[in-house]
Amino acid sequence: MRNCPSFSRLTTHRTVHSPRTRLCLCRRRLISSSPSTHATAAAPNTESTASALEPPPAGGHLPSIASSALLKNTREQALKTPGILWADAELDEARGTSSLSSTTAGRETRKMNTYQAIRDALSIALSTDDSAIVFGEDVAFGGVFRCTLGLAEEYGRERVFNTPLTEQGVVGFGIGYASMGSKLGDSTLGGRGMGGTAIAEVQFADYIWPAFDQLLNEASKFRYRSGGRFNVGGLTVRCPTMAVGHGGLYHSQSPEGFFMGAGGLKVVIPRSPLQAKGLLLSSIRDPNPVVFMEPKILYRSAVEQVPISDYTLPLGHGEILTTGSDLTVVTYGTSVYRCEQAIHLLTHPPEGSGIEKTVKAALGDWRRNTGKSASSSPSIELIDLRTILPYDLPLILRSLSKTHRLLIVHEGPTTGGVGMQIAGEVVSGLSLTSSSSITREGSPSGEEENLAQMRKEAFLGLEAPVKVIGGWDTPGVALQYEKFYIPDEVRILDGLVELLAY
Amino acid sequence: MLRRASFAFRPNVVRRIASLSTHSLGRLPNTQSPIVSKPHFFNSVTGDSSEQIPAFRLLDGTGVPIDGAELPDLDEAFARKLYEHMQLLPNLDNILYNVQRQGKISFYMTAYGEEATIIGSAAALANDDEVLGQYREMGVLLWRGFGLDNVMAQCFGNHEDTSSKGRQMPVHFGSPKHHFHTISSPLATQIPQAAGVAYALRRSPERLNSVAACFFGEGAASEGDFHAGLLLASTIPSPVVFIVRNNGFAISTPSSEQYHGDGIASRGPGYGIDTVRVDGNDVLAVLAAVREARSRCLEQGRAVLVECMSYRVGHHSTSDDSFAYRARSEVEDRKRIDNPLVRFRLFMESRGWWDAQAEEELKTRLRADVLKAFKHAEVQSRWELSELFTDIYAGEEPWNIREQRNELSRLLKKYGKDWEPWKRELHKFKAEGNDLVKE
Repeated sequence: MRNCPSFSRLTTHRTVHSPRTRLCLCRRRLISSSPSTHATAAAPNTESTASALEPPPAGGHLPSIASSALLKNTREQALKTPGILWADAELDEARGTSSLSSTTAGRETRKMNTYQAIRDALSIALSTDDSAIVFGEDVAFGGVFRCTLGLAEEYGRERVFNTPLTEQGVVGFGIGYASMGSKLGDSTLGGRGMGGTAIAEVQFADYIWPAFDQLLNEASKFRYRSGGRFNVGGLTVRCPTMAVGHGGLYHSQSPEGFFMGAGGLKVVIPRSPLQAKGLLLSSIRDPNPVVFMEPKILYRSAVEQVPISDYTLPLGHGEILTTGSDLTVVTYGTSVYRCEQAIHLLTHPPEGSGIEKTVKAALGDWRRNTGKSASSSPSIELIDLRTILPYDLPLILRSLSKTHRLLIVHEGPTTGGVGMQIAGEVVSGLSLTSSSSITREGSPSGEEENLAQMRKEAFLGLEAPVKVIGGWDTPGVALQYEKFYIPDEVRILDGLVELLAY
Repeated sequence: MLRRASFAFRPNVVRRIASLSTHSLGRLPNTQSPIVSKPHFFNSVTGDSSEQIPAFRLLDGTGVPIDGAELPDLDEAFARKLYEHMQLLPNLDNILYNVQRQGKISFYMTAYGEEATIIGSAAALANDDEVLGQYREMGVLLWRGFGLDNVMAQCFGNHEDTSSKGRQMPVHFGSPKHHFHTISSPLATQIPQAAGVAYALRRSPERLNSVAACFFGEGAASEGDFHAGLLLASTIPSPVVFIVRNNGFAISTPSSEQYHGDGIASRGPGYGIDTVRVDGNDVLAVLAAVREARSRCLEQGRAVLVECMSYRVGHHSTSDDSFAYRARSEVEDRKRIDNPLVRFRLFMESRGWWDAQAEEELKTRLRADVLKAFKHAEVQSRWELSELFTDIYAGEEPWNIREQRNELSRLLKKYGKDWEPWKRELHKFKAEGNDLVKE
């Protein structure tokens, strides 16, 4: 056994309790063979021993995230998160009472990374809903990414359990369980007429395909095909997604594009710990089946202050992270941070570099074309889509009618992807003449919005083609080529300057 | 079917070898296997590779109990109920098959030849056991009082169709009231779902005496979902009675081309679950076997597998002509020699519970009932056209659904009065599409 490389690696992981050591116990072994990418942070003279003792983390590193202004570093920032809905405030409202619960006073936050925030959300779901069960491959011991750590001990093996290695089985089982919710006699759920709460884990989004039939032909159609008599609204399928630095073809995929035609299903991708907790609790409680994809590189890299109480964030609504007037960037998941960094590069290109030259030239064109003063610099509106299906087109159109330029960024393949879908939607103008009024909880001042009018304004106002920066249409993320597959900061920067100079 | 495995399983010998070797060699990891000194290949679950799994039967082809048969508790009223429901199926099938041929409904699937399997298991289950069917189990719903009007409404897809509001093809029934989960066309998807349904029952104090009953054919058992479902229901575990209707055909593919092993039953022990093979054309055997399966299932809280051996006398569906792949004479022979209805009727007659007059009266009554329901359903309109866009999401309606409904509404206003294909179609809907136009 001593000579078995995988065994010694596991031993190393279990015996060396370094905070930087991560669990690599996933069944399709996710261990990088390329120390150079990740060992650069370590001192050069310790590199050989350090990499032997501490292989790169399964969750990977994301360098730009440490400096991100998008993460909430203080309690005050965290509590002021837009759209946050405190569960106790909701209860107060239902009871017609008012208390301090609707304010932020007395609320606490704790520093969490993404897997801890997800674990926190799962724990709240389990403690507030007796019908809730959490299950999947390797879930009982804590999960290969630690998202279910300690839950089996806390809530018992009846509610937090391992399943055999069958994704179609895991999701099918969840559908069956969720379909029974209204009959469980649980007043907290039965009264809402939604299913039992089944929180399934598919170990990697790359392995969701055996369950695609269950998700597309069963979960998404369950309510529709039964004339509303049955539903699986209680189903949430969690899966780690996106690239991680060393995941190769089968630990890096972003399959959300394949779900775009699955009406009846929701797809949600959070960008940070605070967002993950609120959006996961919303997904679990939403009366529709949800596929919740967690960018795995953020499990450890993203750390922020997260409120410890029970709260949700709205599904179906994107969020404007930075407001701007000259270009709209729409993205989600890991790419949010790369976009943030690219926008920073636009105003702070490395001095004396070729990049600085490119940016200066492009901004010169932009100023000439738009009649801006020599000192002005473009302001970019950054939108995190958060819910991928159904996505927040009204928010994008509102932004676009102000900025007139649109860039969409994601890791998943470009053809048939979310970016092309949105780009197509922006220029297709479904109802050219009819007035499609929509009222949404999240629309400004809650008034009716005329979608056709918004489409028209956005389309006629376009100053440049819509640009999509996605992964290439290769059959996956090739291991040693990842740097050139993933839309990184410089590709996004290039998209920004191209659009501005157009 | 002879198997070539050369080592028969001989427990005594094996035990002796094991006890001698345990001390010196110990046990292998993850198994309690006895250690043996010769390679023990095996290819049988009966222990004798020349013998297939036995099939449980109570009545012979003429309705006479076979030697050693212990008949289940059965009084005249219950026997009559069984027989009447078995007879209802072909009577309903005859009419709906012809109705489809006349173009009045789009599709239909008969249950000819499988009456005993379907009604026998329906009768063995409690009426609130959760049923997840494949598509040929309408008899279970009828047994539970779903009624002919509901059957017709679904097949016609009219506004009385509460199974799917006319969204699904005929025979895709569903009813929460009758604990019958909506049928969907993809094969075997219901099998892992049954494990989840049963797990919900197990976790629900007021449902501890219920099981999930999951039906599927021998063809569907080739799908990955079959293996996933049995594995989960045995491992997690969950109380599911899996009922295989092995009717010999998956559309045209005979079971001999569907599997090489000893049917579906041989797979049960692979998942560590109690399994029985039963003569699916003997309603009393099916009744007894499923009753026993159900009680084991409740007792162990784990899946049980019942394989009912039958023969699909009818075509796969109205889209199929089975004489393209099997001889008419084979079907006629099966109908004659191994008819589940005749067999049980002869049994009833031998008890003095049935005679020619009762038979005539029943057929007349059933035919009248079916025709009445058919005539009612035939003239009903469909649901409102706006139902095209409902039941997609609960809660807030997404912009795309609303926008697309508005778009259809706009198009209807613009072309609905002039475009003949739409005009003709709109008349079939309740409100003739005006519910959308008004929006």
